Formats: sequence, structure tokens, C-alpha cells
Amino acid sequence: MIAVVRLAETVAGSAGALSRRLRLGGGTSIVGMVLNRLDPGAMERLAAETARRCVVLSGTNGKTTTARMLIACLAADGRSIAANTAGANLASGISAALLAAKRAGRRKDRNTGQETGRTGESVGVFEVDEAALNDIVRRLRPGLVLLMNLFRDQLDRYGELESVTERWVELAGSLPEDVTLLLNADDPALAFLGNGHPNTVLFGMADDHGNNRELSHAADTIRCRRCGEALSHDFVTVGHLGAWRCDSCGLHRPTPRFQASRVELRGFEGLSFSLLDSSGGRPEAFDVSVPIGGLPNAYNALAAASAARALGVPPETVSGALSQVDAAFGRSEQIFLQGRTLRLLLAKNPTGANENVRFVMSEESRLHVLILLNDRTADGRDPSWIWDVDYEPLLDRLDSLTLGGRRCWELALRFRYAGAPHDSFSVHERLPDALDDALSATPEGGTLWILPTYTAMLELRSELVRRGVAREFWETA
Amino acid sequence: MGLRPAVRLCHLYPREMNIYADRGNIAVLHRRLAWRGFDLRVSESPPGERIRTGETDLFYLGGGQDRDQLGVAVDLQGHKAASVRSAAADGVAGLFVCGGYQLAGHEYRTVDGQAIGGIGALDVTTEADATRLVGNVEIESRLDTGRMRIFGYENHAGRSRLGPGSSPLGRVISGHGNNGEDRTEGALSGRFAGTYLHGPLLPKNPQLADWVLRLALEHRYGGKYELEPLDDHFEEAARRTAAALTARRRLAPRFRVRTR
Repeated sequence: MIAVVRLAETVAGSAGALSRRLRLGGGTSIVGMVLNRLDPGAMERLAAETARRCVVLSGTNGKTTTARMLIACLAADGRSIAANTAGANLASGISAALLAAKRAGRRKDRNTGQETGRTGESVGVFEVDEAALNDIVRRLRPGLVLLMNLFRDQLDRYGELESVTERWVELAGSLPEDVTLLLNADDPALAFLGNGHPNTVLFGMADDHGNNRELSHAADTIRCRRCGEALSHDFVTVGHLGAWRCDSCGLHRPTPRFQASRVELRGFEGLSFSLLDSSGGRPEAFDVSVPIGGLPNAYNALAAASAARALGVPPETVSGALSQVDAAFGRSEQIFLQGRTLRLLLAKNPTGANENVRFVMSEESRLHVLILLNDRTADGRDPSWIWDVDYEPLLDRLDSLTLGGRRCWELALRFRYAGAPHDSFSVHERLPDALDDALSATPEGGTLWILPTYTAMLELRSELVRRGVAREFWETA
Repeated sequence: MGLRPAVRLCHLYPREMNIYADRGNIAVLHRRLAWRGFDLRVSESPPGERIRTGETDLFYLGGGQDRDQLGVAVDLQGHKAASVRSAAADGVAGLFVCGGYQLAGHEYRTVDGQAIGGIGALDVTTEADATRLVGNVEIESRLDTGRMRIFGYENHAGRSRLGPGSSPLGRVISGHGNNGEDRTEGALSGRFAGTYLHGPLLPKNPQLADWVLRLALEHRYGGKYELEPLDDHFEEAARRTAAALTARRRLAPRFRVRTR
């Protein structure tokens, strides 16, 4: 039996190496696919062997970045880590990461980039697809489950948002008592998921730091989960997140144990806030600063810092680690090409794209923008969602607009019906053409803002690798 | 401003029923009128408010989740369903998409067996299934203005069947349509049209958008309306991409997505 298991692991590992050698990709998913096929119990067994206490996190937006932040905190605390840092967040990616951690032993691990030769306790940190969460939690038996947010996303694959929420309610109800359930109190779909679960911890924003945002058109959970009436908000942050209350039945956002107050956004340079921990009799506060910008990343940093604190990492270690963390590939990534600065901001749903539009507009008064829309499975097959993005405010601020990707003409229609004349932007079906055109429209020394969907981002990065200015994602992760 | 001829659109439940970017459809109606010197005056009809039927040329109702659809259905049974039906009899036009299409029919039965009453303006009944019908769709439609291909995306658990009072909006060339079995898609009764196709529906289907606008203008001003052609070359390009996707799908085996 042991020989069979060894053989399965060896074959799977070789498949990954072959995939990288043939430049098919990072080989992070193929390893797991082969392994899970040859040995269906592999994930459970490897989880028991490698990670005695693991963390599983999920949510529509911010999974990869939050996992990256949490890993930095745990690594700084001297723990060795198994993680699916390349964003492969289905069963195959998780099995592959567990196997990689096992095989790496005390070597530097190629998939996670973490030094595993540490003597500290070993931990797993896994970001998990929203629809795969229940199955994977059952198999991994994590010590902490972190749920971040639920926005409309890939309706073609997940069905209705409501059905994902219902599955998560089931999951929360089935967790063993000693599992810590860490929830975003600002999301009314999640805040009460832990009702009845004794070990529930909440995080959220203390205030709106004077931003006075309103609910966007694409706001999702706008009705009370108890009585169905429309919710009111003391303040709104990202999408439908915020300090919500129901004036009809009185349900309101519960007070979070971990709160981010005095959030200060410094554009592309980063952000900082004070993290209040109100547990026990004596509240404590410590400063958090991350070199990644935008309000959604304040939530990611808050979630990661809360998880790290819940896992016993000291505040000063959390602060130190987060101040050094860098963005995951394609998310707030900066690349220099032909004298221009390329800034990549990934989005594949209305809430993410709205945040990116808002962010770009806060950075510069005149803008050069390249938007790339694909419709592969990881992007969502249905491109409808671009009509829920508020691109209109961008129109007056554009010096150039280039549209590309497999569904570039859908984007062209989106801008045509937003009121942009036919000749005010250019459209290219081939990605290298779109990139060249956008580059030539951007003056030397200028910034080109690139807003791709997931697979468009991967294609763009491959193109940048071909041009010698970026590294493959499995080398940067 | 107010002197330009205008179509008066009544947008039913815009907050509750908007899951598939329905405002894209409204934007298309608005722009295609504006480019020809007409206005679109939109009044929103949220729960609890009566409809001023005498001041409406066109109804629009978009898609929502089951939970939202339930709430809307309760409100419909108050006054709105009867108002919309009588407006339909007076020749007001209507476009009903996805969940809105289901609500325009007689009844929608959820997976749990709960029956949601609809407007009853289209002769359609719908029953939810545990599997969803998902993917790119192409249909062929024969409207009074001629034949047209309509492209869109479908994502619905409901299986709709037509009674004798409605004819299908089109015949399925690629995709599932009303129920995945009889190759029909959508429904037509007088000036009311319903369909599962979103994407949204109208940007890629300018002929259909103009057909809807013509019906609304005919209600407002009487007589026959001819709308001057527009430069639709982006629309044509998007239709070519959509046609390539549905052509590929015709060759591949059809699949269904199980969500629970």
C-alpha cells in the first residue's frame, strides 16, 4: 500500500515537472489532478501528515492576496507552511501544494517559495473556490475557516449567489466546535453565518474614514436576511459591505472583535490602519501598514491580521510581516516596458472592476487605459457583468482607451452605449496588437493602467514574459 | 427638452430584478432613441407602488434570484399584475427577460414545489428543475419586420412551456431555450415579448431593440414607424464573435450544470 502511495506521488510530481519543462504552465494543477486520480484519499492523508493545523479561506474577492498576507505573518512567526500560492484553489491545487510541501522536506519549496527548513510548527494556508469549499473543508479538517465576502461572480458556474450562501450556511452549521470561524461582519450575507457556532470571531471596519460612499448599482446583499426588508447603512465600503442595519426588524451588524480604524489610503503606494482587538477585558491596538493600495486590500490585510492574531502570532510580528508583503501576480503589479509603467489590476466581477475604476481615477487626472475581457471558465463564460460596472465616470478622464481580449467587441458595445463615440477608442482582437496600440498611445514616462480578467491577465503576462519584462507566475508566487 | 417625441418606459422592480446587467438593455433603448432624436422617459416601479398605465408605452422587467422573485411576485398580485395585463390589451409593448419572462407568464413553480403567481400576460408556465440550462444561445426569429438571428446567454433552472395563446420568440439554433426539449425559445403575445436570453439581450441584437422601440412608438403615436438605420458595425463584430461561439457549441455535446 505504501509503495502504491509513493508511486502515485512520484508520478504526479513528474507530471508537474514535465508540464513546466514543456512550458504548458506552472504544473500546479496537473500534479494534483494526477495524484487525486491515482490516490483519491491523498488530500486527507497528506493534510494529516503535513499540516497539523491548517487555515482555509474563501470569498469572492481577495483570496490570493489575503492568503499571501497570512502566509507572510505565519512565516515571520517561524512556522513552516504548505500553501496553494499559485491560486490553484480547487481540490487538485490543494493536493499538489500538500505534496510539494511534503517532498520539499527541508529544501526551499519551489511552489510556495517558503523556507521549509524551519523548526516551528507546520501550518497549511489554502485559498479555496467558493463552490468547492464545503467538500475541501470536510477533507482537510482545518482549525480555522475564514470567510471574506460574497459578491455576484461567475453566475454561469455558481448559479445564484443565494445558492452559494446556502451552502456556506450548511458548512458553518456542520463545523466541529473547536474550529475557529472568522467572518466579515460587514457582509450581511456572512455576519450571522456563525450563529450557534461557539467559536465565531468577527472582523470589520470601524468607520468609513470620511469616504461617504453610496451603494453601487451592482450591490448584491441589500436585503435583510431575517425579514427581507431593504437594509440601511451607517456607512458603505466595498460593494454592499459596510455598517448595515435593518430598520424593519432591528437586525444590525454585530460589533466585530477585530476592527480597522483610521484607514489611510495612499494610492498605489499602499495603505495603513490601526487594528483594534476588543477581546477580553483590555482592548489592544496595533498599526498595520501594507505596500498594496486600495480599500479592498484594507479588508484583505484586516482579514489576514485577524487570522494571524487568532492563530497566536504576536502583534509586532504581524505588523512587521505585512509591511513587507508584495502583491500577487496581476494584482496591483507594476511592470516597466519601453519607458512606460504598466500597472495591472485584475477584476472579473462588477465589485472588483468598480473598485479598480475608482482606484485608477484617484491616482491620476488623465488616464491611459487598456481593458481586456476574456470569457474562459476562470473569467466567467458570460460577459454580462461588464454592464454592471460603472465605467461612465472614466470617460471624461481618458487620454486613451484600448479594448482587447476574446470578447473585445462586447467591451466596445459597453463603451458605445455609455456614450463614447466610435472613434474615441480602439479595439483589437489579438492581445499583442492591443498591447502595442495601448503602449504607443501612452507617452514615454507615462502610466498605462491595464484592467484584465483572469485568463486575459495570464495571457498578458505570458506576452510580457516573451518580451523579457516579467517572470512566469509560478516563479513569482 | 420636453418637446422631443418620447417613449415612456415603465421599469418594473429595477432594484430587485437586475441580476444579469439588465440596465444594459435600458441603456440601449435610451441611446438608440436619442441618436434618432427621441427621448426615453423612464419611470421606476418599485414594490408597493401602483402603475400609471395611461402613461406607459413600454414595460421592462429583468432577471432576479428566486428569493427576490418571490418578494416581487407577492407585490405583483396586489395591483400590478392586473394593471400590466390591461395595459397589454391596450397595446402597450413589453420586454421581459429571464426571471422577468417567467413572471410574465401564469406561474413559476420552484424546486421546493412553491408556486409563484405571475402576471399572466404571456401564455407560459414554468417549473424549476434541479439542473440549470447554461450557455451561449442562438435563435432564429420571424417577426413582422423579417427574419433575424438573436444571440445571447442563458442561465436558468426553469423549464417553460407555451400554451396556445403565445408563439415562441424564436427557434433554437444552438443552446437550450425554453426547456431544452422542444427547441422553442421565448414567447410572443401581441406586443409583449419574453426571453431567457441575456448578455444583456439588446446590445448585440440591435434589430430586436429597434423592433421593441417601434412597437412602443406605435403605441404612443399610432401609425407605422420606420427608424432610420444606425452605424452598427461594433454590433456586427460582436455578433460575429457570438456566432463563432454558438457554432462551436453546436458541434460539442450539450452539458448541464448541477448546482446542488
